[in-house]
Amino acid sequence: MSERVKVKKKQSAPAAEAKANAALPALGVKGMLRWAWTQLTSMRTALFLLLLLAVAAVPGSLFPQRPANPAVVTQYIKDHPDYGKLLDSLQLYDVYSSAWFSAIYLLLFISLIGCVVPRAIAHYRAMRSQPPRTPQRLSRLPEYATMVIPSGAGIPASEAIKSAAGVLRKRGYRVEVRDADGALPSLGAERGFLKEVGNLVFHTSLIGVLVSVAAGGLFGYSGQRILVEGDTFVNTLVGYDQFNPGTNFQSSQLQPYSLQLDKFNITFDRESRGKFGQPIDFAATVTTKENPDAPAKQEILKVNDPVTLGGTSIYLTGNGYAPVVTIRDGAGNVAMQGPVVAKLQGDNYYSSVVIKVPDAKPDQLGFAGFFLPTAFVTNEGVSFSGDPELFNPQLSLNSYYGDLGLDAGAPQNVFELDVKKLTPLNARNLPTKGITLTPGSTYTLPDGKGTISFDGVKRYIGVDIHHNPGQVSALVFALLAVAGLILSLYVNRRRVWVRTGTVADGRTMVEYGLLARGEDHRLAGEAAALRKLFSGEWQLEAEDPAADHTPQSQQTPSPTGDNGAGSADNGAGSADNAPGSVTTPAGPTGPEKDQ
Amino acid sequence: MPFGINETMGQYSELFMLLAAGTYTVAFIAFAWDLAKSSKALRAVDLKAAQSVAAAKVPVAAGVAADSAGSRLSGPADRAERPTSSTKSAANAAGGAATADGDMKYAAERRVPARVAVALTVLGAVIHGAGVVTRALGAGRVPWGNMYEFLTTGAFLVAAVFLLALIRRDLRFLGTFVVGLVIIMLVAASVAFWTPVGHLVPALQSYWLVIHVSIAVLSSALFTLTFAMSALQLVQSHRQKTVAAGGTDKLGFMRLVPSALSLENLSYRINAIAFIGWTFTLMFGAIWAEKAWGRFWGWDTKEVWTFVIWVVYAGYLHARATRGWTGTRAAWLSIVGYLCVIFNFTIVNTFFNGLHSYSGL
Ligand code: HEM
Repeated sequence: MSERVKVKKKQSAPAAEAKANAALPALGVKGMLRWAWTQLTSMRTALFLLLLLAVAAVPGSLFPQRPANPAVVTQYIKDHPDYGKLLDSLQLYDVYSSAWFSAIYLLLFISLIGCVVPRAIAHYRAMRSQPPRTPQRLSRLPEYATMVIPSGAGIPASEAIKSAAGVLRKRGYRVEVRDADGALPSLGAERGFLKEVGNLVFHTSLIGVLVSVAAGGLFGYSGQRILVEGDTFVNTLVGYDQFNPGTNFQSSQLQPYSLQLDKFNITFDRESRGKFGQPIDFAATVTTKENPDAPAKQEILKVNDPVTLGGTSIYLTGNGYAPVVTIRDGAGNVAMQGPVVAKLQGDNYYSSVVIKVPDAKPDQLGFAGFFLPTAFVTNEGVSFSGDPELFNPQLSLNSYYGDLGLDAGAPQNVFELDVKKLTPLNARNLPTKGITLTPGSTYTLPDGKGTISFDGVKRYIGVDIHHNPGQVSALVFALLAVAGLILSLYVNRRRVWVRTGTVADGRTMVEYGLLARGEDHRLAGEAAALRKLFSGEWQLEAEDPAADHTPQSQQTPSPTGDNGAGSADNGAGSADNAPGSVTTPAGPTGPEKDQ
Repeated sequence: MPFGINETMGQYSELFMLLAAGTYTVAFIAFAWDLAKSSKALRAVDLKAAQSVAAAKVPVAAGVAADSAGSRLSGPADRAERPTSSTKSAANAAGGAATADGDMKYAAERRVPARVAVALTVLGAVIHGAGVVTRALGAGRVPWGNMYEFLTTGAFLVAAVFLLALIRRDLRFLGTFVVGLVIIMLVAASVAFWTPVGHLVPALQSYWLVIHVSIAVLSSALFTLTFAMSALQLVQSHRQKTVAAGGTDKLGFMRLVPSALSLENLSYRINAIAFIGWTFTLMFGAIWAEKAWGRFWGWDTKEVWTFVIWVVYAGYLHARATRGWTGTRAAWLSIVGYLCVIFNFTIVNTFFNGLHSYSGL
C-alpha cells in the first residue's frame, strides 16, 4: 500500500498528488506502518519467531555444515547427486549464515527492540509515578480481607492508615496515603519494580550478546598449525597452515610471538580393562616468546588448558606421529630429510603417510603407505597397530616416480598423492613388493632411483590459534542476562491498597486488598504476612473471629504483564465482602483499571 | 593425573544399581496399585453420592452445573485457562470433587499403598545413591563421563528431585511415571550403554565437566517432572471439558490428579527454575567450549540442540504471558521442549558425529 502511494507521488502533477493524498490520506500509510509495527512487536509475533528460530536451527544438525567441515560438504554433495545441489541452493550447508536463518533472528531482534524500548519508557514512568488510585471496591481484588480495631485502642482511621503506611514502607513498598484526614482515608502501595527491570535487562542483554558475537566475527581470526617436536610457530600469516580471517581482519593485528614445541607426552590408560591403551593425558611442553626480543618462557599446553599469547589463545587440538626419513635420489644426493606428519586413520594411531620428493633427480619420487606404532600382521597379511605406543614402529610404503605435478602451481593436499600420472616402483602386487621399514633401516629403490631410510619417530601436535575480541563482552552480557532473568522470574510485583474508616461506636474498620502483576504464587502468603504485621502494629493479638473476616483468596486470575488490559475488574462477581459498617462508596462502576 | 581405577568398587556399584532397579520396580507396582485402588474407592463414593442426589431429584450433573451457576467463577469462560496464583477455584471449576486439591497439599486421608510406594522409592534412591557414589569412587572422579554414567546419575537425580518435591507437595500422583522412567533409565544404562569404570578422555578432564554437566542433568530432571505434569494436564483438561459438558468420566484415576490449571501453574514454576538451569548449562557449555576448542559457539550438533531446547522453553515462558497461548498450548510447548531434551540426550549423543562424541560407545 505504501508502495503504491510512493509511485503515484512520483508520477503525478501537484493537483493529482493532492487528489491521491485525498484518496489515501497520510494517516492510511502511517496507520499501515503502525499496524505492521504493532504486529511485529506483539507478544504473539515474538513467540512465533522464537519457535520458528528453534525449528530453523535444526537442519544445521542434520546436514554437514561448511564452516565446520567444508570437505565433508563437498563429499556429501558428490554422494547425493539427486538432491545435494538443491540443498546447497537452499543454503542448507550454511544454515547459520543463511538468508532465512538471519532473517528470522534479525526480525526477532527488531521485534525485541520494538518491545523493550516502549516497555522501558513505560516502566521508567511507572517507577516515578505514584501508586495507582485506590479502587472503589477492594473486595474484588484477588486477595482481600478486613480487620477491626476496637474502640478502646484509640486508633482512629487517620492513625490507622498512617501506621499501615509505615508497615508497608518497612516492607519495601512505595506508599502514597490519600485523603488522610477524610472519612475514608486510604493508601496505595507498590513494590517489585525490579521485576520489570530484570525483564528489560534480560532482553537488552540478549542484544548485547548478539552484537558481541557479530563483533567477534568481524575483527577476530583463527588458524591452524601442525608442529612436530622441535618446530617453532611464528605468529605471521605464513606461519599458519590454514588461516581464517574475520571480515575486518588486518595482518597488522598479528603480534609476531613465537611458540616452539619442545616435547609432547601422552599418558595411556594401562589400568582399566575396557579402555586399555586409551590416551588419558596429553601434555605439550612449549617455549614461548611474546615477541622476537622477549625472554623465553616454558609452559605446558594441554587439552582444556590453552596457552594465551599476544592476544590469542592457543589450543591443543590434535596429535600424532611423524616418522623421520631421509631420501636420497638416483644421484646419491639427499633430496629430502625430516619428519613426515602421519595422518590418523584408525585405532592405536594407525596412520597414513604420504611423502613427496620434488627435489629428487632425475625423476621426482612419491611414497604412500602407512605408519604403525606397534605393528602386527595377521596370517592373511593384514597389518594393524596393536598399541598406541612405539613398541614396534613400522613404515610400509609403496613408491612411485614421475611428475608430481607440483610445479603447475595449483595447491595440493599434502596428505594425498595423486598417482595417476606416476609410475609405480614398489607395490604389493608388483614383483618388487612394498617397502617395509623399521627404525634405522634403509631400503634401496629399484632401477637405481635412490634410497629411503627410516631414521626415527617424533610426535607432532595440531594447534588452533584463536583471537576473538567479542568474547569477553559476550560473557558479560550473558551474565547480565541471567541476572535479569532471575530478577524477572523471582521478584514479585505487587500492589496493596488499604482503606480505613471509623464507625459511630468508635471502632476502626480496615480493609485491604492485594494485586499481583504477572505470575505470583505467593500473593496469598504476602496477604497473610501483612495481616500479621498489621495485627502486631495495632495489638490485635486476640482477634475476635466473629467480628472479623478471615483472609480469603478470591482466586481472580492475576493479570499478566503484557496483556495490560487484564486488571482487578475481571474479578469475581461476588457480593461485596466489606463489613457493612465500612461504607465503601460502591458505585455502579467497578474499580478503576490499575494501569 | 587422575586417581586410580578401583574395579571392585565398580562392581559394587553395578550391584547397587541392580538392587535399586529391583526396589523401584516394587515401588512402581505400589504406586500403580494406589492409583487403581483410589480410583475404585472414589467411584464408590461417587455412586453413593449420585444415588442420594438422585433421590433428592436433583440432576446428577448438578455437581458440575452448580459450579458454573453458583460459584464465584462466573466470569468469562476462558478465565480458568489463564495463569493465576490462586488455584483452588480452578479445582472447583473442574466440577464437584473431580480432582485432587489444587494446592497439592497432603490431605488428611491415608493412602496406604502410596505410603508404601514412597517408602520403597526412598529405599531405592538410597541404594541407587550408594551405586552412584561407589561408581565415583571406583572411577576416582565425578560419575558423569559417559552415557552409562549420565543415565545412572541422571536417574538418581530424577528420583531425588521427585522425593524432595514430595516433602512440600503431594505429587504422589506422578509416582508411577517418575519411578517408571527411573527404571527405564537404569535398564537402558545397564543393557545398552554399559561401560566399565575408566578414566576420562582428556577432552573431558576439566572442572567444567563437574559444573556444566551437573547443572544440565539437574535441569533435565526438573524438565522430566514438568513433562509428566504437562502430559497429565492435557489429559485432565480434556477430561474436565468432557465432564463439564455432561459427558461420562472414563478416567476415574485422574481424580487423584489436581486440576489442569493447578498442574499448569506448578509446572510453570518448576520450568522457570529448570530454564534458569538450562541457561547456565548453555553458558557454562559455551565457556567450556572456549577453553577446550577455542570458540565459545560453533553450532556443533550438541550445541544446536542445547540452543533449540533453550529457545523452545523461552517460547514456553512467552506463551504463558501471551493471551490465547496459555493452558493447553503452553503444555504442548513444555512437552515439545522435553522431547528435544530426550532427543539431545539419546539420538544426538549416539548417532551424530560432533565434537561432543564422548558417549563412551
Ligand atoms: C531473542 C528472543 C527472545 C528471548 C530468548 C526471550 C526470552 C524470554 C524469557 C526467557 C522470558 C521469561 C523471563 C522473563 O520474564 O524475563 C521472557 C519474557 C518476556 N519477553 Fe521475551 N524473549 C525474546 C524476545 C522477546 C520479544 C521480541 C518480545 C516482545 C515482543 C519479548 C517480550 C517479553 C515479555 C513482555 C516478557 C515478560 C512476560 C511476562 O510478563 O511474564 N521477548 N522472554
